[in-house]
Amino acid sequence: MNGSRSMLRLATAALRQGSSLPGSAGKGAYCKTEFLVRGYAADADAYDKMPDSGKKPDSGEIVVEIPVKFNLHLLESGPPQEAITTKEELMKSYTDMSVIRRAEISADMLFKSQMIRGFCHLYDGQEAVAVGMERALTFDDSVITAYRDHGIFLGRGGTALELFSELMGKKTGCALGKGGSMHLYHRKHNFWGGWGIVGSVPPLGAGLAFAHKYMKKPNVVVAIYGDGAGNQGQLYEAQNLAALWNLPLILLIENNHFGMGTAEWRASKKVTHYDRVPYIPGIKADGMDMFSVREAFKYCKEHCLAGKGPIMLEADTYRYHGHSMSDPGSTYRSRKEIQGMRQERDPIERIRKIILTEELVTKEELKDLDKKIRAEVEDAAAKAREEPFPSDDELFANIYKADSGLVAYGCDRRKTKVEMP
Amino acid sequence: MLGVFRHQANGARLIVSKFLGQGKGGCSVRRPFVHASPLSRGMADVAVVADKMNVRDALNSALDEELTRDPLVYVMGEEVGQYQGAYKITKGLLEKYGIERVRDTPITEMGFTGIGVGSAFYGLKPVVEFMSINFAMQAIDHVINSAAKMLYMSGGKISVPIVFRGPNGAAAGVGAQHSQCFAAWYGSCPGLKVLMPYDAEEARGLLKAAIRDPDPCIFLENELLYGVEYPMSAASKDKDFTLPIGQAKIMREGKDVTIVTFSRQVEIALKAADILAKDGISAEIINLRSIRPLDRPCINNSVRKTSRLVTLEEGWPQHGVGCEIIATICDESFFYLDAPPERICGADVPMPYAVNLEALAVPTMDDIIRIVKRCCHRGRAAA
Repeated sequence: MNGSRSMLRLATAALRQGSSLPGSAGKGAYCKTEFLVRGYAADADAYDKMPDSGKKPDSGEIVVEIPVKFNLHLLESGPPQEAITTKEELMKSYTDMSVIRRAEISADMLFKSQMIRGFCHLYDGQEAVAVGMERALTFDDSVITAYRDHGIFLGRGGTALELFSELMGKKTGCALGKGGSMHLYHRKHNFWGGWGIVGSVPPLGAGLAFAHKYMKKPNVVVAIYGDGAGNQGQLYEAQNLAALWNLPLILLIENNHFGMGTAEWRASKKVTHYDRVPYIPGIKADGMDMFSVREAFKYCKEHCLAGKGPIMLEADTYRYHGHSMSDPGSTYRSRKEIQGMRQERDPIERIRKIILTEELVTKEELKDLDKKIRAEVEDAAAKAREEPFPSDDELFANIYKADSGLVAYGCDRRKTKVEMP
Repeated sequence: MLGVFRHQANGARLIVSKFLGQGKGGCSVRRPFVHASPLSRGMADVAVVADKMNVRDALNSALDEELTRDPLVYVMGEEVGQYQGAYKITKGLLEKYGIERVRDTPITEMGFTGIGVGSAFYGLKPVVEFMSINFAMQAIDHVINSAAKMLYMSGGKISVPIVFRGPNGAAAGVGAQHSQCFAAWYGSCPGLKVLMPYDAEEARGLLKAAIRDPDPCIFLENELLYGVEYPMSAASKDKDFTLPIGQAKIMREGKDVTIVTFSRQVEIALKAADILAKDGISAEIINLRSIRPLDRPCINNSVRKTSRLVTLEEGWPQHGVGCEIIATICDESFFYLDAPPERICGADVPMPYAVNLEALAVPTMDDIIRIVKRCCHRGRAAA
């Protein structure tokens, strides 16, 4: 059964139930979204039982079932419904996701104590997407995303110190403190940001893919956007060009079902994304299951590197926080839904269960690991607080790459006039 | 146009527009409001005009009154309806006017701006909200090519009574892509009217004027002023209160130097003028209110009186609003000047995020005082 169609049916039923008239802003009209907890699992019961795993005692490999079926568009066959993993991968993934989770919790606190200013869009809940993606890529592949970029940055090998420094505007930040939360970059690991304008990423990603192909690199580009950006015209333009020019582009849709405060069925005539383009194949994966994301990415990377052109990958995921720190996230979603997601589909819990069921480490060892991760992240935040701000002459640095002879002015033209050597 | 009045269970009055048909989207709800949700406290959320109002409530009251007055007016934008507005400017409007007239849109600026302009060709009067005027760049083709130029291109046959509005310029720590001031870019475009209110009364009067105006207006607000309260005059409470478009206001009379500014810098300039007065410099502060059309007579008359000019803005210096002000003085009042005009602008950089760098990128009161003094002590001595 197509999970998204059943969700749509539930959504329409909920809407009809909640309000008899358009214009009614009754909570029922759009907050009857508890079904999101279950509606996406093709088999709702799959989430009640532990993911089935068969341990092969000799090889040290663990087989993990991926309960939610992949939805395919224009593809004869898709990724396998099971993933082969090892203890190392499980522990690393658990650690990576926990680091992201703790970093976002710390960022929340730093924002509330005004150490972080402006906008702050948190990624907790979506860790499986960032980490599952990295399990299938290398740092020679390129990733570009929008403003919900903290988790992606950490997944790309950015350190927590660089992250917190940038969030607080310190000179040890990955953009020297001049970018902020929405503008994180890691050139060495091919992480291209960090963008503030909804919809701008797909064309930029297609451009990166164009360059990769032009320079004959055996790598893919992942351009990440959300369901809110799914209706942007420039996305369609980028899709057309990527398909026309056969670019090695994976368009990843982090579908957390809300574009700021607007639920997907209020913004889109068609709520799924992976199957929107009649000439670009797509896969829909369970974005709360790291292995589902991993297998889907492996498949997509193979597809692109075989020269088959772009592919869409929709990850059904969820953000626990609101859109940003100025949005409580509970005026357009019920707390029951958010709690339900945490209990039933939390990505870190999922891996924890596998680790404990397979008895890879003891419960105490895992608790110690949790403590260690928390301490490391909080230390990074504390260290970042002590770092200095960028110096005043940074104001005029890097306006241009070739700036010899450039004259730049401050607010007082006669007092602050800077000439580049 | 206005038909039935219905009394709600909570005693509030719901006006049903006969024009849009009863019950089918013209009115919000037939059943009484029973929700505890903050989203559906209904008409209590729409701002009421009072002796003191903040800019947010002033804008809200203006939208409310214009929606009531003219059934062809409608509001469109991201999160304007159910979310009550990203900055709460449109709170309560969905509950009062229904989804036909308060339309939530997907995040597709180019698309919904084009739709707004097209509907204006046919006679509707949209108020298109951009969550930030920075996002209006996605739609700028429709603002300029479709709206501003239309009346001229059609030989006067098709007008575009549309208002674009949203917060413009720097806020606090929102970074390079969310801090640009667009006054100069839009101000150079013939066919467009560009308004920039400062306090709550201006916000209310100018927005009402813009909605009633038959030409495309872009209404540039300031996010940092939304929550600031200002006193409202008795006249401003009238539901037909409007301010004239194209007229500046002399906020403070003076005789030594003219400071021309707009939006948030008006407040900072007024404070600077108090400090300057203690040093014996009497500064005249002009609040432009309207970037286009520019009130050239007001600026010129003032400089002819004071003989010195300082322009003040937060946007980028090159080709900024200050340049046009200085040019107009050179055109018409050059020989009245006793000193070269000074421009105070934002720094010539994309807005940095770090708090210390951001402070260097926007004019401060110290900058204003230093520059005004410098202007007053150069050139020929004041008579």
